[in-house]
Amino acid sequence: MATPLVVSEVAKSFTMHLRDGVRRPVVANVSFSVKAGECVVLGGPSGVGKSSILKMLYGNYGVDEGQILMDHDGKLVNLATAEPRTVLEVRRTTLGYVSQFLRVVPRVSALDIVAEPLQARGTPLEEARAHAAELLSKLNLPRELWSLPPATFSGGEQQRVNIARGFITDHKILLLDEPTASLDAKNRAVVVEMIAEKKAKGTALIGIFHDEEVRDAVADRILDVSLFSPRKAAA
Amino acid sequence: MSTLPLLKVNDVSKFYGSRIGCRNVSFELYPGEVLAIVGESGSGKTTLLSCLSTRLMPTSGIVEYHMRDGQYRDLARMGEAERRFLMRTDWGFVHQNPAEGLRMTVSAGANVGERLMAVGDRHYGNIRATASDWLERVEIGVDRIDDQPRAFSGGMRQRLQIARNLVTSPRLVFMDEPTGGLDVSVQARLLDLVRGLVHDLGLAAIIVTHDLAVARLLSHRMMVMKDGAVIEQGLTDRVLDDPREPYTQLLVSSILQV
Ligand SMILES: Nc1ncnc2c1ncn2[C@@H]1O[C@H](COP(=O)(O)OP(=O)(O)OP(=O)(O)O)[C@@H](O)[C@H]1O
Ligand SMILES: Nc1ncnc2c1ncn2[C@@H]1O[C@H](COP(=O)(O)OP(=O)(O)OP(=O)(O)O)[C@@H](O)[C@H]1O
Ligand SMILES: [Mg+2]
Ligand SMILES: [Mg+2]
Repeated sequence: MATPLVVSEVAKSFTMHLRDGVRRPVVANVSFSVKAGECVVLGGPSGVGKSSILKMLYGNYGVDEGQILMDHDGKLVNLATAEPRTVLEVRRTTLGYVSQFLRVVPRVSALDIVAEPLQARGTPLEEARAHAAELLSKLNLPRELWSLPPATFSGGEQQRVNIARGFITDHKILLLDEPTASLDAKNRAVVVEMIAEKKAKGTALIGIFHDEEVRDAVADRILDVSLFSPRKAAA
Repeated sequence: MSTLPLLKVNDVSKFYGSRIGCRNVSFELYPGEVLAIVGESGSGKTTLLSCLSTRLMPTSGIVEYHMRDGQYRDLARMGEAERRFLMRTDWGFVHQNPAEGLRMTVSAGANVGERLMAVGDRHYGNIRATASDWLERVEIGVDRIDDQPRAFSGGMRQRLQIARNLVTSPRLVFMDEPTGGLDVSVQARLLDLVRGLVHDLGLAAIIVTHDLAVARLLSHRMMVMKDGAVIEQGLTDRVLDDPREPYTQLLVSSILQV
C-alpha cells in the first residue's frame, strides 16, 4: 500500500500587505512522511509553525513551494497545487481534520453536525445519526445537548462535538490540532483511546498536543518543527 | 471527478460606454459547486452575474453552458426563446429584492406553480400539491398558499422566491445578495435553508454577497472582485484564512471572525 502522506520540501511565508508588505517566513524545507497506523506529533515552541503545517496539509493555507502528496483512492494527489474541487473531494473521502475550535453552523444540531461527514459519503441519515450518537455518548456529551445547535455549548462540549465529527468517518489521514486542549482528564483519556483505535485501523495521524501525557500516550514519533525554521534551511 | 463543467466563462468583459462593469473574467463552474463572489460596492459583481445569466450581453468574451443534451452552447448565440426557456427551467435567479423575482399580485401558490407550468406541467392538482410541498420546505405555512406575497414579511418573500426558483429542479442558481435586506435572525434561517437545499439537490450556485461569513458558510470556492476584475480566487477556506492580495487582506481583517 502507498504511504498515505508524503510532504516534500514545503515552504511557507506570509506577506502582510497591511504592514508595509512585511514578509514573514514561517517554515522551509518541510519534509516528512506518515505511514498507515502511525501517529506523528508536531513539536516545538509556540509560533514555530505547527498549526501552519496542519493548515497547509488541509488546504486552508496556500503552499509557496514543495509538494504535499496524498494517496487518494489509490491515486496520488498533490494538495499543494490541487484545484479547489479536488481538495474538497480529498477532504470528503481521504483527509479529516479536527480543528482547535468548532465552527458552528446556525440551527444545525450537535448530532447532525457530527453525522454530516458520514452522510456526505453516502451513509443514510438514520445510520449516520446512530453512529454519531455512539461517538457522542462515548465522549460523555450529555444526551440532552444532542438535539441543540452547539453555539451555546461550553468550550469542552463544543470540542467534543468537533472530535466526534472528525472521528466519525474512516478517512485514511487525520489531522488533529490540539483536540484535547479544553477537555478534562476523563475525556482526554477517551480521546487517547479513540486515537489508538484509529491507529489500529491503519489511519495515518498527524497531531499537535501540548499536553505531555497525551502526547506520550499517542505519539509514535515527535517531529521537531524548529528543524524547518527558515533560518536553518537557509544556512 | 471526470464530470464536465456546467459553465465555462472565458475572458468576459462588460463596458457601460467607457465605464468598466467587469473585465477579463474567466473561470469554470462544476455541477454541485457553490461559488461566492465578494468585493466592495461597484466592483462589478452584479454586472458579472448579469453577463453570466444572459440578463446582460457581455461586451466581449464567451459564456458557454453545458445543456442537458450534453452539448455546450454559447449563450450569446442562443435564440431569445431558447434562452428564456433555459432561464425558466434549468436556471434560477434569486434577486436581492424579492419584488423583482416574484409576481406580487398573484398568490404564493401561483408564484411557485407558474414555473412548473413553464416546464410543461398542466395538471392542476399536481401543481398545487408540489407548490404546497415547496412552501413547506421553505417554512411557509401551507395555509398561506392563497395569499399574495404583498402580505408576506421580507424573510417570507425571500423564502418564497427561493421556492419559486428551485421548484423546477434547476441545475444552476444565481443569487445576488440573497440575505441582503433581512435582519440577522431571519438571515440565519434563510442561510440554513439555502445551505440544506443546495446540498440536498446538488445544485451549482453563484452567490454574490458582501458578507464573508455567508461566503464561508455556503460556498466551496470564492472570487474576490475589485474595480471590475477578479483579483483573487480559490478554495473559500484558503482565501479567507490565507488571503494573498492586499485588498483581500484588508477585506478579511476588517471583520471580526469568519
Ligand atoms: N494567517 C496568518 N497570517 C499571518 N501570519 C500567520 C498566519 N498564521 C500564522 N502566522 C504566523 O506564522 C507563525 C507560525 O504560527 P503557527 O500558528 O503555525 O504556530 P504554532 O507552532 O502552531 O504555535 P502555537 O503552539 O502557539 O499554536 C507565527 O509567527 C504566526 O504569527
Ligand atoms: N447600467 C449601467 N450603466 C452604467 N454604469 C453601470 C450600470 N450598471 C453598473 N454600472 C457601473 O458598473 C460598475 C459595477 O457595478 P455593479 O452593479 O456590477 O457593482 P456591484 O459590485 O454589484 O456593487 P454593489 O455591491 O453595490 O451591488 C459600477 O461602477 C457601476 O456604477
Ligand atoms: Mg498552533
Ligand atoms: Mg450589486
